[in-house]
Amino acid sequence: MEVQNCYHCGGPIVKKEEIVFDELSFCCTGCQTVYEIFSANDLTSYYEMGDAPGARVSVDVNRYNFLDQPHLVEKLISFDEGGTQITNLYIPHIHCSSCIWILENLNKLLPGVQRSQVNFHEKKVRIVFISETSSLKDIVLLLAKIGYEPYLSLEDYDQVQQKIDRSLIYRIGVAFFCFGNVMLLSFPEYFEVDEFWIQQYKGFFRWLIFGISLPAFLYSGWGYYEAAWKSIKAGILSIEIPIALGIIVMFLRSSYDIIFDHSQGFFDSMCSLIFFMLLGKLFQQKTYNFLSFERDYKSYFPMAVTKLVQGAEQAVAIYDIKIGDRLLIRNQELIPVDGILMSPQASIDYAFVSGEAEPIVKTSGDKIFAGGKQLGSGVEMEVLHEVSQSYLTSLWSHAVFQKEEDLAYRTLTDKISHYFTPGLLALAVLSFIGWFFVDVTTAFNVFTAILIVACPCALALTAPFTLGNVLRYFGSSKLYLKDAQVIEKMAQIDTVVFDKTGTLTTNSKAEIYYEGAVLEVAFKEAVKSVVRNSNHPLNRRLYSFFEQEKTTAVAHFEEVTGKGISGEVNGLHIALGSASFLQLETDQMLSETVVHLAINGVYQGKFVFDNPYRAGMETLLSRLHSHCELVVLSGDNAGEEAFLKRILPEGTTLVFNQKPDQKLNYIKNLQQEGKYVMMVGDGLNDAGALAQSNVGISISENVNVFSPACDGILDAQQFQLLDTYLKLSKKAVKTIKWSFGLSLLYNAVGLTFAVCGLLSPLVAAIIMPLSTITIVSFVSLQTAIGAKRAKI
Amino acid sequence: MSVIYILISISIVVAACFLIAFIRAVKSGQFDDDYTPSVRMLFEDELVKTKNKPKQK
Repeated sequence: MEVQNCYHCGGPIVKKEEIVFDELSFCCTGCQTVYEIFSANDLTSYYEMGDAPGARVSVDVNRYNFLDQPHLVEKLISFDEGGTQITNLYIPHIHCSSCIWILENLNKLLPGVQRSQVNFHEKKVRIVFISETSSLKDIVLLLAKIGYEPYLSLEDYDQVQQKIDRSLIYRIGVAFFCFGNVMLLSFPEYFEVDEFWIQQYKGFFRWLIFGISLPAFLYSGWGYYEAAWKSIKAGILSIEIPIALGIIVMFLRSSYDIIFDHSQGFFDSMCSLIFFMLLGKLFQQKTYNFLSFERDYKSYFPMAVTKLVQGAEQAVAIYDIKIGDRLLIRNQELIPVDGILMSPQASIDYAFVSGEAEPIVKTSGDKIFAGGKQLGSGVEMEVLHEVSQSYLTSLWSHAVFQKEEDLAYRTLTDKISHYFTPGLLALAVLSFIGWFFVDVTTAFNVFTAILIVACPCALALTAPFTLGNVLRYFGSSKLYLKDAQVIEKMAQIDTVVFDKTGTLTTNSKAEIYYEGAVLEVAFKEAVKSVVRNSNHPLNRRLYSFFEQEKTTAVAHFEEVTGKGISGEVNGLHIALGSASFLQLETDQMLSETVVHLAINGVYQGKFVFDNPYRAGMETLLSRLHSHCELVVLSGDNAGEEAFLKRILPEGTTLVFNQKPDQKLNYIKNLQQEGKYVMMVGDGLNDAGALAQSNVGISISENVNVFSPACDGILDAQQFQLLDTYLKLSKKAVKTIKWSFGLSLLYNAVGLTFAVCGLLSPLVAAIIMPLSTITIVSFVSLQTAIGAKRAKI
Repeated sequence: MSVIYILISISIVVAACFLIAFIRAVKSGQFDDDYTPSVRMLFEDELVKTKNKPKQK
């Protein structure tokens, strides 16, 4: 039978829960309600644009109670005047044109909304509304009700309005204007025939060119002078120095030529150079607007939480939580601070923190840590630490998070320019001295010509275009990097460190099934009770395998580390563990994880755990192993050590029981040994290690929502391609080196002209764009071939 | 021949106008989002009033 899918959300319908409404099938009342809302407002076109575009809704209306507080609402409003307010909300579910359509038709659903506009790439909607008719809370509730729940976090609370920097575009616009007009006006003199016409208008053309190139020289090129000055002050010979030098010398020499009526100067080459280099900069600046690479815990934490004051609920901002406060944590709400559980039982999902998918059960009086998510009914807790002092959040006060972006990192271009710049200056001075004895005027001409033609335009363009291209290829295969520099760093990686839970393993629940004699309810209860006492990951998973059963007290509980557990429940002796623990003679399959069960000494059967490790992990690791050192850092105990040793390539270092700051220090130590480290992690507890490592890659099941601060975000489905990415980065760096050679060749040709004193404006105008175009096409072709071979 | 002064001046002024128009367009944020407008222009202006129920899949 064909599986029916929900008309709204597209999810499969369980037959007995199917709801038929308007001759359409829905999987739950939530989906049906959304459809009802839409159809009552003539908005059913929503379903015609995409197949089942909706999201399943589960709204807890109380969750947004904090939006009644004016001082919290204020933080989300970006404009407020005369009763009209504007808010920008981040909605992770935005994914298709139906989403845009429905969100931009919000005014049909809520009278107060005047206008709403979606920015698809940023997954944001900007809503203009009249605060008297509809409050922000009404809007948020409506959005949540139709499946477009906005994501509100502590980050919004702290947010300062960010100004978008568009200056690069302005600079390019100006440079292009100058470049085009100067080129056009330069043309007559290229065909320098001593005609009366040119003779007569020469002055006019030349001074006009001079005037038009001023904005390009002063405004568009300004960034290069600044950067050059900075690197001179810092004592680094960066690529900007010869560039700035080239531009300035070109300008001065050309002005001199015009003033003394020698020739038309190199203004056309100067403008084209500035234009092309700025274009390279833009190309490299591929950003993923919808992703954030600078996240800290604030983007995970809610803005407000419910405080209980003498039994009454009250929404307070997270920062106003004081030690000793009583908090109410509702279903699916995040625990914002460390505290003590006051309710009888809570089941807490620490997936954000550790990547562990199974919820952990806590009982009254247990300490619960910030970052966990409560599943099930609401619980009460008492606060032990304030937000910034909690176990997890205190990690962010570590020095790694304070330091600015790696300023000391020298790119490949910088390294080459370290030799290029002094060489160039030496050549210029030597030729100057050489020509000085022949003719002083020519000596000056040659000196300036060398600096002009050697201006490393092509050199400066190879890296941006190569890396920009690779960045796009990575992006299309779902590895999103923060910037192009990360690719260069990736090419140098010699050690890869993996987090275990959530990174090597999947977040989704691994299947457990039982093989053997049928277990009675009493037996099941007994097994669950015994398992509950153990902290071993397999036992913890086994515990959640028995969902319905009750637990009772266990006597004579014993745990043999790495072997198994035993205990007595209501007179039943339960033994669980490996084959050797139960003294069984079985031919155990190596790749299978099993826990055997014996009751009262009689063998019953075995629990088989499906491998929770990601598909392709073994091949990936063995491939990585051929050129990298591998380390697995885990926050868990050493329970799975034996199993991991078996499936991981030989020589992999395994380290267990690592706290977040220990992970960070482990990476630091590796770096002090001279290793170039890539950290692959997922949870917030890896945040320190990700920041410390040279390249921190965060694995994410859903790239839109959760990932700690890092250099790159990798879609979990592409995990097995990690090795390919590393190889392609190496290839990109090789391409850059090749094209450096190519551009040096061009420089050599240009320099021969220059040294011989033959560089005319026309020659410069041909050589410079020609070298730029060939270099850019060379690197584009190379990266395209590389990406195609790697099949990404 | 002095008409060339006028013609070139005009051409530069026209080009400058385009430059200013471009800068103003960038400033207004038109180029910040290069995807949504392309979808938005395909939407119907009016809501479809007739409730012709689509066939069940």
